[in-house]
Amino acid sequence: MRANTWQGRQHVTVQDVPDPRILNAQDAIVRITSTAICGSDLHLYHGYIPTMKKGDVLGHEFMGEVVEVGPAVRNLRVGDRVVVPFPIACGACMACERGLYSVCENSNPNAGIAEKIMGYSPAGIFGYSHLLGGYAGGQAEYARVPFADVGPLKIEVDLPDEQLLFLSDILPTGYMGAELCDIKPGDTIAVWGAGPVGLFAIASAYLLGAKKVIAIDRFDYRLRKAKDQAGAEIINYELTPVAEALREMTAGRGPDACIDAVGMEAHHASGLIYGYDRAKQATRTESDRPDALREAIMNVRNGGIVAAIGAYGGFIDKFPMGAFMNRSLTMKSAQCHVQKYMRPLLERIRKGEIDPSFVITHRMRLDDAPRAFQLFREKQDECVKVVLKP
Amino acid sequence: MNSVREIGALERSAGPGRGADRLARRLGLASLGLGVAQLVAPYRVAQLAGVDRSVRAIMIIPALGLREIGHAAALLGVRRPGRWAWTRVAGDAMDLALLGRAVAHTCGLRRVRAAAVTAAVAGITVADLYTAIRAYREGERTVRDGAVHAVGAITINKSPAEVYRFWRDLENWPRFMYHLESVRVTGDRRSHWSAKAPGFGRMRRTVEWDAEIVEDTPERIITWRSLPDADVTNWGQVRFLPGPSGRGTEVRVELDYTAPGRAAGVAIARLFGEEPRQQLRDDLRRFKQVMETGDVVRSEGSPDGLSMRQQMKQRPARPVRADELVSV
Ligand SMILES: NC(=O)c1ccc[n+]([C@@H]2O[C@H](COP(=O)([O-])OP(=O)(O)OC[C@H]3O[C@@H](n4cnc5c(N)ncnc54)[C@H](O)[C@@H]3O)[C@@H](O)[C@H]2O)c1
Ligand SMILES: [Zn+2]
Ligand SMILES: [Zn+2]
Repeated sequence: MRANTWQGRQHVTVQDVPDPRILNAQDAIVRITSTAICGSDLHLYHGYIPTMKKGDVLGHEFMGEVVEVGPAVRNLRVGDRVVVPFPIACGACMACERGLYSVCENSNPNAGIAEKIMGYSPAGIFGYSHLLGGYAGGQAEYARVPFADVGPLKIEVDLPDEQLLFLSDILPTGYMGAELCDIKPGDTIAVWGAGPVGLFAIASAYLLGAKKVIAIDRFDYRLRKAKDQAGAEIINYELTPVAEALREMTAGRGPDACIDAVGMEAHHASGLIYGYDRAKQATRTESDRPDALREAIMNVRNGGIVAAIGAYGGFIDKFPMGAFMNRSLTMKSAQCHVQKYMRPLLERIRKGEIDPSFVITHRMRLDDAPRAFQLFREKQDECVKVVLKP
Repeated sequence: MNSVREIGALERSAGPGRGADRLARRLGLASLGLGVAQLVAPYRVAQLAGVDRSVRAIMIIPALGLREIGHAAALLGVRRPGRWAWTRVAGDAMDLALLGRAVAHTCGLRRVRAAAVTAAVAGITVADLYTAIRAYREGERTVRDGAVHAVGAITINKSPAEVYRFWRDLENWPRFMYHLESVRVTGDRRSHWSAKAPGFGRMRRTVEWDAEIVEDTPERIITWRSLPDADVTNWGQVRFLPGPSGRGTEVRVELDYTAPGRAAGVAIARLFGEEPRQQLRDDLRRFKQVMETGDVVRSEGSPDGLSMRQQMKQRPARPVRADELVSV
């Protein structure tokens, strides 16, 4: 089959690889009908997530049709249409029972490596490094899906792929970001990053009752989308000092909660700070560039919540611990526990409360994945979200 | 309740190579100090080494500083740093070559300083070589002694009754204990075990022994040991405790292997590799996977399932061809 493979820094190629096969009795094989490129894939593309190997099949946002099931699969049949959540979870361990699917205790066969870097191991993830399992991903014609009775959401409503695909990751992720903010009536939420994850965080914050949501980015076309299609007020941080603007927009209170939907490759308006983090990252004395997180912490109101849903891989520097401690802040974070959110969000889509397809700007062939990565990375051609068709 | 004994056991299992490791840690600290100095004050370092006239030297020194910090990270950051001392030996060779050039190209007081620094580095090289060689020898010795002790614990999301029942069926063990090839129950409490030590050709061998269960308290404890005439003497115990407030079952395992004969000793040492505790931990993780999910979990990168040994040599995360599957 054809699959998009990681070849090194800023180098992916679409290659012929063997067709996937059942390795565990609870596996299913899915023929992929739609797959997407995520901001998380850019962290791999730029080489910031360790333990990638040349030839790894990328991709963790995909859906399709079941074409084969292992002998222990009960809930799925050949022919079922499914959306596959990006964390791989067994459904039987204590973490899974508590709904913490992305920290499943059993799904990472390389847990030993993860423990060395993170203390304890999180769940395995499709196409997302060997540290997180060494699972082949879904930017491909077919994928093997472990724990097929637990993860994949069977679709029995008549909706197009484009409205369903993002149940695999970014819609639940944005929604979880808003949920972590514990929104009360009248709350103002500030969201760093107006990429697909940020856009869904904005839309979800409104669904959960926020009074006002403020989007912060530097790309006007993305901010425009945040304003026109998600109802956000906007700050372009290259033109307006963020702290002052937020203070002004909240009459001196500060946002009740802040969402970091940027992650480990934040850009910074000040060349000096950006240069500092880039240099530390290049010499591997800091693995992640956390500027949006720093700003979120500095700008949230006293006693407020910071939801870090942008992805981090290792260690950060210049963490404003003084502000965090003295101002009674709370920080919450997770790789999204997608399995927990898929059903309720499908229900919201079905009822027309949200149509996730608004983030899509590019529809391309799987074979065009290298160009799609380039477009998405450079934010060229007003690119927000690319959907690939195998 | 057994914590003191367990900590003692952990210490013992971390046993070999400790003298060399202590030395290596000190060398690591030295590397850190030197590396930081080279990074923040390259000119002072150049002056001290008598090479402050050379622009190239001053440019090269921060890079050497980064290298030193790399050594420090290797020596301070790992559990068995002794063998990493070889990285310092290589670094010394590089420094000596650079300094040799400096001595040849400077004169006067600078030449004296460069020569003194060269002599000092030569001394350091001796210390590095000593540490590296000592670590290597200590590594050899473990193989010869062939004694393995390991403890481990894991929590399983099942009742003590279920966990006990699975463990009590000895024939289940090879599914999660990768050093075992088979366990055959031969009597009420007796069993025949076989294990295959990795290696090539004549080095690869199967070790077999008979064992008996000496203590069996349902849902609480199982203790076993080899029969008196076995080549490989071993003893093991597993205890089951209900986790706090319904949190499954805590499983605590202790294993002890000794093999007095040289050949069997080498085989036992190889069965467990260099990190018996890590191997036991892998065994317990697989045990948890089998208990909770019914199977050892496999990915394309680790198609044989969880094992620290093979995590180091992952295949790429792309689908596995039929002929690539060894043991699935
Ligand atoms: N927690 C999870 O489960 C999860 C799931 C999916 C994605 N993610 C992460 O979410 C993040 C965003 O993903 P995406 O697909 O939207 O990526 P994206 O690259 O499309 O969007 C990131 C946006 O952040 C903006 N940005 C960069 N630096 C900024 C700064 N200092 N202040 C404000 N905005 C800044 C960029 O201009 C860009 O628009 C990534 O880190 C991704 O890995 C996390
Ligand atoms: Zn993603
Ligand atoms: Zn689980």
